[in-house]
Amino acid sequence: MGMREDTLIPKIGVITDIRKDTPDVKTFRAVSPEGGVVFKHMPGQCAMLSIPGVGEAMFSITSSPTNTEFMEFSIKKCGCLTDWLHQMDVGQQITIRGPYGNAFPVETELRGKDLLFIAGGIGLAPLRSVINYVLHYRENYGKIDIVYGSRSKEDLVDFNEIKNEWSNAENVNVYLTIDREQENWDGHVGFVPNYVKEIGFSTDKTALVCGPPIMIKFVLGALGELGFDKTQVYTTMELRMKCGVGKCGRCNIGSKYVCKDGPVFRCDELEELPDEY
Amino acid sequence: MQKIAMDRISQLFSAIAAERALYLPMKKKGAVNFGKWEEGAEADLHALHTVKSPKDLFFPQSEDLVSFKMRGKEISVDAPDAPDEKFVVFGVRACDARGMDVLDRVFLSEPVDTYYQARRENGIVVTLSCSAPEETCFCSVFGIDPARPGGDVSAWIADGSLYVKALTEKGEAFLSGLSLLEAADEAEIEPAVRETKAVMERLPLKDLDLTGIDGNATEKLFGSEKWAELSRACLGCGTCTYVCPTCQCYDIRDFDTGKEIRRYRCWDSCMYSDFTRMAHGNPRKSQVERFRQRFMHKLVYFPANNDGMYSCVGCGRCVAKCPISMNIVKVVKALGSEAKE
Repeated sequence: MGMREDTLIPKIGVITDIRKDTPDVKTFRAVSPEGGVVFKHMPGQCAMLSIPGVGEAMFSITSSPTNTEFMEFSIKKCGCLTDWLHQMDVGQQITIRGPYGNAFPVETELRGKDLLFIAGGIGLAPLRSVINYVLHYRENYGKIDIVYGSRSKEDLVDFNEIKNEWSNAENVNVYLTIDREQENWDGHVGFVPNYVKEIGFSTDKTALVCGPPIMIKFVLGALGELGFDKTQVYTTMELRMKCGVGKCGRCNIGSKYVCKDGPVFRCDELEELPDEY
Repeated sequence: MQKIAMDRISQLFSAIAAERALYLPMKKKGAVNFGKWEEGAEADLHALHTVKSPKDLFFPQSEDLVSFKMRGKEISVDAPDAPDEKFVVFGVRACDARGMDVLDRVFLSEPVDTYYQARRENGIVVTLSCSAPEETCFCSVFGIDPARPGGDVSAWIADGSLYVKALTEKGEAFLSGLSLLEAADEAEIEPAVRETKAVMERLPLKDLDLTGIDGNATEKLFGSEKWAELSRACLGCGTCTYVCPTCQCYDIRDFDTGKEIRRYRCWDSCMYSDFTRMAHGNPRKSQVERFRQRFMHKLVYFPANNDGMYSCVGCGRCVAKCPISMNIVKVVKALGSEAKE
């Protein structure tokens, strides 16, 4: 007899690879015990990961759905569960349930568009899934610009992939920036929102923004100054979650539940929500 | 409609309890709550409100969701079987029956919560008409008729008898198995129904005005300056959420028994400071924001998502139990003028 099914009952994921991206971010690769992804997802969706007895939390799935061999999660060390995850070794099992939430509209609104990705720090995690999806189906999308910034060179997540793959991809421009001057860095220095204004992107693009709340706020301002309409900008939101299916009440904001109606919101939808995020 | 004389009611309870678990309002240590009836136990069918609503029977205050065993790097997952106790909950008031409709909206919407669903399917709800609504009652404001309560079976106490009428197929099947019942005429409960209506007419909160307070009121009400004053004395104790028949926020936690890790869920409260606290901060830092969330959810956000249905049923428990006497009635009254603008 099979085990009873409920979204709150997780599946097992086996960690097959751990990559240290930055001093406090690691990217974990997980597969189901039978091999392959634990479940299918779309770019922007999330999963609940847990170590029983330690905790359970929501993380964005950073791998692209076009990768069916494994799932990846880029996780910043910042609490009980993430500390534990950072200390584990390859071969460790974790629990996974999901996918939760909506996705970036890669098959609808984003099709055929020029895309502008803007990320700060660990905020690249959900966008990486979209970027790799879009690069996989390259012919379905227009020109791609990626602006990515972090505190320092060491804090840039996915640095090798950015340098070796994205920067060399056809019709893709990558703009990197770090907050302060640093040795061995001849790239741009300055905050992401200012860099976006400096580059002065034309408004014929659709922007996808993710990063710390304060960065998102100023990037939205910068895009507004450049003339972007709110309907051209998507971002993701984060509130505390427990169930992942809009029932436990934690991520309720206005009439929305971030875990099920989000985490992706178009900025005009975001603006209709009460200001408490 | 069928009936049984009140002095034979323990025989009825015996007959029910022989087939299924029977939960009834019972007095224990001075407080009336739903409890499992056993031979010789005395039900309190006259207490209007149990302290806690019957939501416990469908959404327990604490329940195990799943358990894990950890061996080295391996984890095995084990889920408990779905709850299988067949039961009858008897004496649910009209307001609490509506409360279940509210919970159904949450737990039975996709993806269905199978823990709640199993209990809902296993349970037969027998409601009981209110013969003496109290001053804290305001169910009629939400279109609830306490003399015509819902559920699978409705019951009335009138003229020394208990009258019952099935409202659903499940209720029909349940009553057909009770041979103690004898046929009755609906007209026999009319005096009792009229009496309830007369009491309702005299209740002080019956004219509570919800005009303008609905699913479209976020913009008008969220930024109101009234929230600060309304919430000023709130202790954040969460009593209102625990006695509320519609509050359904929950937490999920792990407990290490030494042999296994049990993951359970338990009631939680949006009134608590760590409800929304995350590693990078808390979007609801003060009690003003948490207080506002509770009432905006019941009066605005929930109706916005549920065809206008309020997530308040006017049972009055929070009115009676709040240690600082703040409650949804005062909130509605205070916001009334802004809502109507």
